[in-house]
Amino acid sequence: MHAMAFDLSIPSHLFHAYLPDLILMGGGMLLLLWAVWRPESDAHARSTGWAAIGVAVLALVAVIWEWQVGFTAMNGPIAVDPFRWATDAVVLVGTMMTLAIAMDFNGRMKMPTAEAHVLVLLSASGMMLVAAARDLMVLFLGIELMSVSVYVLSGIDRRSARGAEASLKYFLLGAFSSAFLLYGIAMVYGATGSTNLVTIGEQFATPAVATQPIMVIGLALLLVGFAFKIAAAPFHMWTPDVYDGAPAPYSGFMACAVKAASFAALVRVCLEAVGPGSERWHLALWWLAALTMVVGNLFALQQRNVKRMISYSSIAHAGFLLVAVTAQTTEGAAAIIFYLVAYTLATLGAFAVVVALNEGKDGATDIGDYSGLWTVRPGLAMAMAVFMLALLGFPLVGGMGFFAKWYVLQAALKAPAPQTKLSIVLVLATVVSAGFYLYVVMVMFMRPRPEGASVPPGASGTLKFVIAASVAGILFFGLYPSPAVKLAQQAAAASFVPAASRVVAAPAANASP
Amino acid sequence: MHDLLARLHYGAWALPALLIIPLVGAGFIRFLGRTALPGQELQAAAWREVRVLTLATFAAEAVVALGLWWWVDPAVAGYQAKLDYAWITDWGARFTIGVDGFSTTMILLTALLMPLAVIASWRVVTTKIRSYYALLLLLTTGVIGVLVSLDLILFYVFWELMLIPMYFIIGIWGGKERLRASLRYVLVTMVGSLLMLVAIIALWQAGGEQSFSIEVLQRANSMGESAQRWLFLAFFLAFAIKSAIFPFHTWLPDAQHEAPTTTAVALAVKVGAYGIVRFAMPLFPAAALDETVRKVIIGLGVVGIVYGALVALVQPDFKKLVSYSSISHVGFIVLGLFALSPQSVEGAMLVMINTGITSAAMMCALGMMHERRKTGMIANFGGIARVVPAMATLLTFIALSGIGLPGTNGFVGEFLVLLGSYEEVPVATIIAATGVILGAVYALWAIQRVIFNPLDNPENRALKDLNAREFGVLGTFAVAILWIGITPGAVLKRLEGPAARFVSTIEAGAAVAPGPHASTP
Repeated sequence: MHAMAFDLSIPSHLFHAYLPDLILMGGGMLLLLWAVWRPESDAHARSTGWAAIGVAVLALVAVIWEWQVGFTAMNGPIAVDPFRWATDAVVLVGTMMTLAIAMDFNGRMKMPTAEAHVLVLLSASGMMLVAAARDLMVLFLGIELMSVSVYVLSGIDRRSARGAEASLKYFLLGAFSSAFLLYGIAMVYGATGSTNLVTIGEQFATPAVATQPIMVIGLALLLVGFAFKIAAAPFHMWTPDVYDGAPAPYSGFMACAVKAASFAALVRVCLEAVGPGSERWHLALWWLAALTMVVGNLFALQQRNVKRMISYSSIAHAGFLLVAVTAQTTEGAAAIIFYLVAYTLATLGAFAVVVALNEGKDGATDIGDYSGLWTVRPGLAMAMAVFMLALLGFPLVGGMGFFAKWYVLQAALKAPAPQTKLSIVLVLATVVSAGFYLYVVMVMFMRPRPEGASVPPGASGTLKFVIAASVAGILFFGLYPSPAVKLAQQAAAASFVPAASRVVAAPAANASP
Repeated sequence: MHDLLARLHYGAWALPALLIIPLVGAGFIRFLGRTALPGQELQAAAWREVRVLTLATFAAEAVVALGLWWWVDPAVAGYQAKLDYAWITDWGARFTIGVDGFSTTMILLTALLMPLAVIASWRVVTTKIRSYYALLLLLTTGVIGVLVSLDLILFYVFWELMLIPMYFIIGIWGGKERLRASLRYVLVTMVGSLLMLVAIIALWQAGGEQSFSIEVLQRANSMGESAQRWLFLAFFLAFAIKSAIFPFHTWLPDAQHEAPTTTAVALAVKVGAYGIVRFAMPLFPAAALDETVRKVIIGLGVVGIVYGALVALVQPDFKKLVSYSSISHVGFIVLGLFALSPQSVEGAMLVMINTGITSAAMMCALGMMHERRKTGMIANFGGIARVVPAMATLLTFIALSGIGLPGTNGFVGEFLVLLGSYEEVPVATIIAATGVILGAVYALWAIQRVIFNPLDNPENRALKDLNAREFGVLGTFAVAILWIGITPGAVLKRLEGPAARFVSTIEAGAAVAPGPHASTP
């Protein structure tokens, strides 16, 4: 792989750099037309769903191709580097899994809305924009595109009051957080005269700019905006209600893909704009990470509703990921990519199981319904156990989850300022998390099935495939993580304009795609 | 015998085979074969099939393991039957396995105990037996994996792998309080092992981020004393919890009381003690030799000996009595290891093997009593010697080996520990010796109340004596106890080298360690 530089002011280069995004957006637009072309019906929704998966696959192929070709761009409003492609790949895998789960779920709920699948694609294209952003304006555009579609998706079941509540709540708080973000961007612009991350990074290197009150407040607001999106405590309050009320597949989508994109952007801001030099920024991240781990895990302990439990668990995982962000190294970025893959497979897999056990009713997913699941649906129970153990970070049976935690710990301990205390908080929080992950396992395997309880419907073909593929991925990378580690390392090492060096790569004169 | 094994290229496949055989068996038992047959008779036939298959797997495992007895040359320093493959190249983790004399005996203990435990509890488990036996086999892989790994990540993976089958076995097939006991077991163990995980990463960093091999890390130890002390404590905590060293023992009586196959728990405990020998002490020699650390840990060991014995004395439940007695015995292991003379270490190693045999034998015998009377309370028995003479004889014999009667295996181990430790830590040794007396008191008193007191409970008159299967199991244990007791040389020959090398490695390692504050993690 020989890295060549792009000059984003040349239209053909720009087009090349946006190719996967264009495929996804264009495909999404066309599908939107197709979706409203015909009256609502199950068959139409299914065909739209398959077409949406097809578009996502095409975009993924384009992403992989771009990654292989290995062009990079150091200037301009968007980043072209392996880290972006890796994030895109995670987002797209999450998107495909969500679409497959949603096709089954919407059929169960008698909800033949074909547009839902298109909205997922549009939201995913927003996420890809977020992952690409090297300019705060592009970042904001991406976040809005991503969020607006997700607001609609959480309320897509028009008959569900809980869905409507979730949607409205998410919209109000999301708009609120966007305002924080935008205000922060404006202040940072005021302090540095730029919205480009690299330029901000250069300005930030001079103490006069870095310690300006307007800069400090701007960065704080920016961080609050991010914390809302990644659901970090104390900005997590909306998460359980929204994840619980929204249709299960889209809760999974929010927990995985939205989080993946937001983390990618946060990492880029940390590495390119703010840099490891800022004591204040580091301290803020540190406390955010510690608090999120503690709050997420402790609150998850009390949940008896599976969807709510997984949403608190997703808060807890945001905390674990923040530990890697706090390291503020490319090693940390690699750990985040690796972690996101494991987390996406396990969380969306768990949501697939939740959907498979749903009898078409809208309501709380009570843990009591899972009692003795092992005796009636052994396959689903075992898959769920693997997902829970993966989220817990258990080796071998929890597969990739273990190495994900390992990678984060390693990044935290290897950082220039070793995060020993944060690592200890992390492992203790993990012990707490065993309390609720194993509770699910215990209910499924060790409680008797109540007399007269109906047998849950089980998984359709697509769901079975999603669940089996997630389990296989988790277990394979749990035995042999080398390929994934290599890719993650490569993705992080060859990316980012390091804020520390403060050197902008000059656009190469004769670079051509 | 060695020639025959060499002709079979034994060294090249023995250890992977030991890891794979139980896995294959488990997969076969869980996922293949006839399921849910109509009618009770056919059901019983299917169950017999599963049990026989399990036993056959364990038998194959035992045969392969027995080869190690002749293959591993006690005179050779270093690890044998070693295999080394690349695994996670970016972090330097490798699939490295190998054995020395000490791990050989531990592997043999595991491979022989597990089938005996299966035979002893032949009909105890009557629900979901496919999963039960599959998990038991999975557990065996975990235990053997810990005993053979020479790479810290690999070790950690196997170490945690032991936990999951245990959790399910206790939680699904356990007694009344099984849910609480199983969760407690997992949570308590995880606290230790996750802190150890952080320590492993820190150690890897100190060793240059190149390798997780314990041989490499032992040599390339550039850490300062205070860093070593912290990491050592993290490792020690994990092993102390697993091996139920006082005051980290509270989970053990609970888990053992609820577990359907208590032998398995007993085994996992010995693996915890093994970890101290193989990992905690050699990796951090300066910390292991540190005066304060040694004093505190030997103190814990001695307190554990006396405390375990005293608590055992007042237990109304026989199973719990045995649990506390094993907490007491672990104290001897700690004393022997940290006294750090070649003799005491050798003794400690032997105590690990002995208590493995003795407490497993005891638990099997108690299981048989429990099957008959559905109770384990000492007060419910009494005078059963007249009704079940064979059982009474064997139970008494096993109890005597637990006391350390000369001529049984228990004597050799404890004697060596006391002998070797006296030079180094006389006061602690003298207190520990009183533990031996207390041990005799609680064991003999319990035996008296169960076997010899007047036969006043009419329910006990109808007890059946051992059948051939049970007699075979307890008889085998008795033979092992006598064999090690009378001719300990065969086992000691295999422990001598590793024990001497253990002591010299630590002393040499501590000598080269830089002074305090050379580097902090």
